[in-house]
This record gives sequence, structure tokens and C-alpha cells, in this order.
Amino acid sequence: MNFDFSEDEKLVQEQTARYLTDKCGTDAVRAVLEGNEAYSSDVWQGLADMGLMGTALPEAYGGVEAGYLTLCLVAQELGRAVAPVPFSSSIYLAAEALRMFGSETQKELWLPKLATGEVVGTVAVTEGLIEAAADNLQTTVSGGAVSGRKLAVADGGIADLAVVLARGDQGVDMVLVELSGSGVSRHAVETVDPTRDTATIVFDGASSEMLGEPGAGWTQLDRLYDRAAVLFAFEQIGGAQAALDMAVGYANERFAFGRAIGSFQGLKHMMADMYVALKLAESNCYYAAWALASDSPELPLAAATARVSAIQAYQLCSRDNIQVHGGMGFTWEFDCHLYYRRSNYQTLQLGGLSVWENKLIDALAAAA
Amino acid sequence: MDFNDTPQEAEFRAEARAWIAANAPAHLHDALASSTFGGLNTGGEDPIEVSKDWQKKKAEAGWACLMWPTEYGGRGASPIENVIWNQEEGVYGKLSSMFIIGHGMCGPTMIAYASEEQKQRYLPKLASGEEVWCQLFSEPHGGSDLAGLRTRAEKDGDEWVINGQKIWTSGAQNSDYGILITRTDPNVAKHKGLTMFFLDMRSPGVDIRPIKQVNGQSGFNEVYFDDVRIPDAQRLGAVGDGWRVSLTTLMNERMAIGGSIPTGVPELLELVQSLAKDGGSAIEDPAVRSKLADWYAKSAGLRNTASRAISALSKGDIPGPENSIGKLVAGGLMQDVAKFGMDLQGFGSVLMDPKIAEGSARFQAMLLRSPAVRIEGGTDQILRNIIGERVLGLPDDMRADKGLPFNEIPSGN
Repeated sequence: MNFDFSEDEKLVQEQTARYLTDKCGTDAVRAVLEGNEAYSSDVWQGLADMGLMGTALPEAYGGVEAGYLTLCLVAQELGRAVAPVPFSSSIYLAAEALRMFGSETQKELWLPKLATGEVVGTVAVTEGLIEAAADNLQTTVSGGAVSGRKLAVADGGIADLAVVLARGDQGVDMVLVELSGSGVSRHAVETVDPTRDTATIVFDGASSEMLGEPGAGWTQLDRLYDRAAVLFAFEQIGGAQAALDMAVGYANERFAFGRAIGSFQGLKHMMADMYVALKLAESNCYYAAWALASDSPELPLAAATARVSAIQAYQLCSRDNIQVHGGMGFTWEFDCHLYYRRSNYQTLQLGGLSVWENKLIDALAAAA
Repeated sequence: MDFNDTPQEAEFRAEARAWIAANAPAHLHDALASSTFGGLNTGGEDPIEVSKDWQKKKAEAGWACLMWPTEYGGRGASPIENVIWNQEEGVYGKLSSMFIIGHGMCGPTMIAYASEEQKQRYLPKLASGEEVWCQLFSEPHGGSDLAGLRTRAEKDGDEWVINGQKIWTSGAQNSDYGILITRTDPNVAKHKGLTMFFLDMRSPGVDIRPIKQVNGQSGFNEVYFDDVRIPDAQRLGAVGDGWRVSLTTLMNERMAIGGSIPTGVPELLELVQSLAKDGGSAIEDPAVRSKLADWYAKSAGLRNTASRAISALSKGDIPGPENSIGKLVAGGLMQDVAKFGMDLQGFGSVLMDPKIAEGSARFQAMLLRSPAVRIEGGTDQILRNIIGERVLGLPDDMRADKGLPFNEIPSGN
């Protein structure tokens, strides 16, 4: 049994970590938080220079073809750094959708540009204050013209290209829309995590191309999300680890009642529980990484399991990191809220905890 | 990343599998497989006899205590081979439960500290199950605070005279020998005045009294020592060095690979798929789905964490600190699962009769066994301290007994 990442895979992780530590400290995250820019274009360019967007993409389409295991470890570092860049939307979702369902022409046109980061992609699904589902989509597509409103689109303000879910003649279609074209208007929206660009996009007869099979849009989205969930989960455990490290660091330095607060069992046990949640999630992420990289039929169960435990771990670690910091943890000045915001934002992307609990049980029942 | 054996591992697995297929007590398979939590079902046969028979058979063929040197009854196998053996032994491994303490803790301590002559005399019979060993550590006043123990050992010529009481001693009533930690000097700090011995459990003055537990069984005992005499030659380690010797023992316990600790999650899945609820199957109920998903993710996390530890062993590395979460997670999980499994079955599930209760009363057995899992071998609270201090590097708790001679430590009642 070799249930571990290879030296080559870990090397890419270390390089990514080194770069992000150097160039994507919390000052870079805070520049986006404060609204100085929609995303960190410097970090995005730096990641592009390292070829990281193309990590898992085929060489034939401008990628590095270093595999999904490597991409998982890159994701873990992006999560640890709370990186304010559209990596997840563009790579785990848009590029992956194109790779899975795109025609040869579509792949040749878009993947090389996504791999270099010169084009940013995203997925537009959510329309209202309800979990999106195949039977509640209002956006329509007819004769290639898309009309409707997508309420919350991650990186929707900066993306050039969107994978849009819309109701067509044969059911839900997955279509590709260039956001610079006519019939597209968008505006930034305020969210719980301002370090991530988010927009409402209104389509009014915008032209689109079919991605994959007509009427198969929602099934395709499910398959896409199973893969993306693994990468999101790695970002989440990266963030959870950073929040736990921050809590431990503070508990060692901060004194009260004449002793370091980390010596109090009330806090020590809380941090032990954060560690336990994180390690369960981490091990589940390893398994999901294996399932993703090996195209295993176990992917739906493995991905849901990793996603559920990664959501739990990141929410717990970011929440209790604030608790360890006491009042200082609730200040804008301390970085605790960066993890708290990101963990709750990422929880709801791809469908929230209850959605993934349901997917997990469906996969479990199907396997039994 | 893969889940394959190396060629050597595959060869070892094939050899183990073939030997087990040819030699295991197949007529006990189904009974063993249906053993509920905290109990051993041997289909009406004497559990001690069948356990000893299987152990002896394994020892004769070189499949006992695999990691011990061959001259002491072992196989000289690597940690990963030991893991593979355990996987292949499967349900028959349940027959090893009465030897776990002896093989996992007493044996390694004897290997590290006994004389060569003693090792030759005791270890092969310990490995073969002919002689059973127990570990006399915990006391009424020293459980989580083990170093607070009070059992005295006083030197008298070439012998030591032991007086005091141990408690929670697993299997003492079936044991031939035991390793015993005592206080030899109450005038120094608590960790410094301890000394380890091994003794014959039939020595005059040893009185073993089984403790009736919450679940009606009596796996644990109180052991009283009334002027029990132990030859100085049976001392393990130097006088006053007992704490260090005990850490050798406990380290061996912690090297045990988790993931095999039952959680009840597979049983719950089986239940909710077959149980009717609100005109459908219980697994369609949103509350059931949410809880099951949470618990499944935790049990999968334990299984995958065990795989990481096995991979480390396969490479010749030591498992990472994440391996320390197993019992902490499994104990609480089993308790929650048991309560929920019974809740789904209504008031009728208070019945313990295995002929009536679902699955031979497995959820009831879990309910009544799980409190012990959260205490034995380190309470949930002690495990959180260990994770906090040794894994995360948080400062030690403030100790009221720090630096004080043992006999000046406040002791309450």
C-alpha cells in the first residue's frame, strides 16, 4: 500500500507554498478584502508563470499534465493562503467542464488560454435564495440565446467565460457563454467573503454554445461537481490547517491568569478537537484524491465523504480559531475572519453541507 | 498513490492466507463473526480453551507474536507484515483478545528489560498462549494520573514486599503472570520513586476480585497485594526507573494501528436500509441521512487514517501523529450510533434478549460497552491533552504536584 503523495507531487506543493508565502501573505488577501482590487492579479500572474493552472490539463491543450494528485496539493496551498484568485472557478470548474464535455474545437480554443490564466472561466448556476436544482432553474436557452439572471456567480465579475446552466428544449443544458459579448450585463455583489469576487449576471439573449449533450446539463454538472468537490475539499483542509496553526500560535503566546492560555484544558481540548476534525478530513481527502486521479467508480462516494468532512473541519477550525483569540479574534485587524469568511463561502459553493450529505448517502446506498 | 502490496508483501499475504485457510477453526467462523461489542461468541465452546488452541497452533507454525524475535517465539516479521497478518486473520483474530495485553504490552517490556534467561523462559510460553499475562498499572488513586500510584514495594533482603491495590486489571483472573508498577520511594517526586517488576499471579498474598461492569460482564479486576514477596531478580529496569519502563509499555500500545476499533457505522447503515419509517425505508428520512453521512465520514476518516499509517509502515517509517485520533473518535462515535440505532426502533429496543432484539442485540451491546471505550487506555480527556501537548505543542497544564515529594502531594480522600 502506498497511500501517500509522491516526492514529485510534494515538490510542486512545496514550490507553491513557497511562492504563496512570499507573494500571497495576508496583505495581498486584505488588498482584495478592502476592495482595492477584485482579485489579486499579481498572484494570478505568478501562479500562471509557474504553470500551475495547467497542472492537470493535458499537454495537447497547453497543460503540464502533472496529474490530479498534484493539483490536489496545489489546491491545499491555495486554501492555506486564502488566495484571492479565481483558481477554483477557472480550473476546477470551467476548465474541467471543457475537458470533460467540450468538443475538440472548444477544447482547442479555450483550454490553452485557461491553462495560461489569460482567460478566466467560471460556472453560473445559482438563481435565487434556494439550493439550485434541475427543476427550479428559470434561465432559458433557445436557439443558442440565453436569458435569465444568475444571482451569485463566483468570480463572475472578472471571468471572461461562463459555463451556464439553463433550461433548453430537451431539459437542462450546459452552455458556454463569452461574457464580453452582447446581452450580458453584470455587477459586483457584496458577500460574506469579499476576498472572492462575486457578481450577479443578467443574460438577455446572450449567444452561447452547447457544452456536452443537450438536456444532459444537470447530470454533467453533478459529474463535474464530484470532481471539483475533491479539489475544493483540499482548499478547505489547507484553510483549516492555517486556522488551527493560527489558534495554536496565539494560545502559546497569549497569557492570562499568569499562564499561557493554551495550557487551559478548555482551550486545549477545543484545539485537539479541531485537530481531530482536520485529520479525519485530510485522510478522506487523500482517498478522494486517489479516486479522482484513478477515475475510480468510487469517486462519487469518496468525493462526498471528503467534501462533508472538509466542510466540517474548516467551519470548526475557523470558528474556534476566533474563540481562542477572544475579543481580538473579532477585530477586522486580526486575520481570523479571513478563514471564517472563506470557510463559509466555500461551504456553500457546489451546494452546501446538506447537499453533500445527501449525495454521500445516495452513493453509499448505491454501493451497498 | 495506490493500494497494492509490494511483491514481497503480496508473497507474505499469500503465505499467511494459505496457512489460515488450512488451519483456522472454520467451524467457529460464523459465531466469531457475530460476536457483539465487548463479547466473544465461540458457539457454545469454552472461549478460553478455543482461544488457547488457536494461539498454540499459530505459535507452532511461527504465526504468533510476529514482530518478536524468533528465539522468543516470534517470527522476526516487520510491522507491515504484522498488519497484513492481522488483515488476513480476520474474524479469527477475535480469539486473540485474551492475549492482547500480554503480547502487546508485557512481552515488549520483558524483551526490553528482562534478563536473557528470563526471556528464554517466559516469552515463548507467552507467545504460544500457554501462559497468560496481565498488566498491573492502574490504581484507585492512580488512573489518568498513573504516576500517582500508591502500591508500595519495600526491600527485604533479596526480595521485595508488596502491599496495596490495583484496579481495572484486564484478564487478571485468567493470568499466570503480570507486570507490576510500584512505589519504592515516597520521598521523591512522583515519577522518580517508581519501580517495575513481574510476578507470578499465584504468589501468596495476591487476591483477585472480578469487577462487575455496567454491561454485566467482568473483564476487569481488582487485585490486592498483602505482603506479596517478589525476588529482586524479577525487577524490570533500575530501582526508581519504573516510569521510564512503563513508557516503553505504553509506547507499544500507541504503536497499535487504529482503524479496527469498531464504530457501529456499518451496523447502522444496514439497519436504516432495512428498517421501515414513515411509509418508506429509514434511509430516506432526512434526519437519518444527515446523521449517517456525518458518522460515515468520520468512520471513513478513521479507515483512511489507518491506511496512511500502514503506508508509513510499508515504507519503514513511523506512522504520523494523526494515528493518535483513533480511539478518541471511535469511542464517542459508537456511543452516538448505538443511541440513534435504538431510537429508530422505539421503546422495544430496550430489550436485550438477543433472540428478540435486532441483530442479536448489537446496538444494546454497543450502548453498554461504549462508555468503557471512552475511558480505557486513556480517557477522552487525557487523549485530548496528549494531542494538545504532544502533537500541537501546547503548554502543559499547571500541576499542583510539580516537584513535590510524593508524600507531600495533596491527595483529597
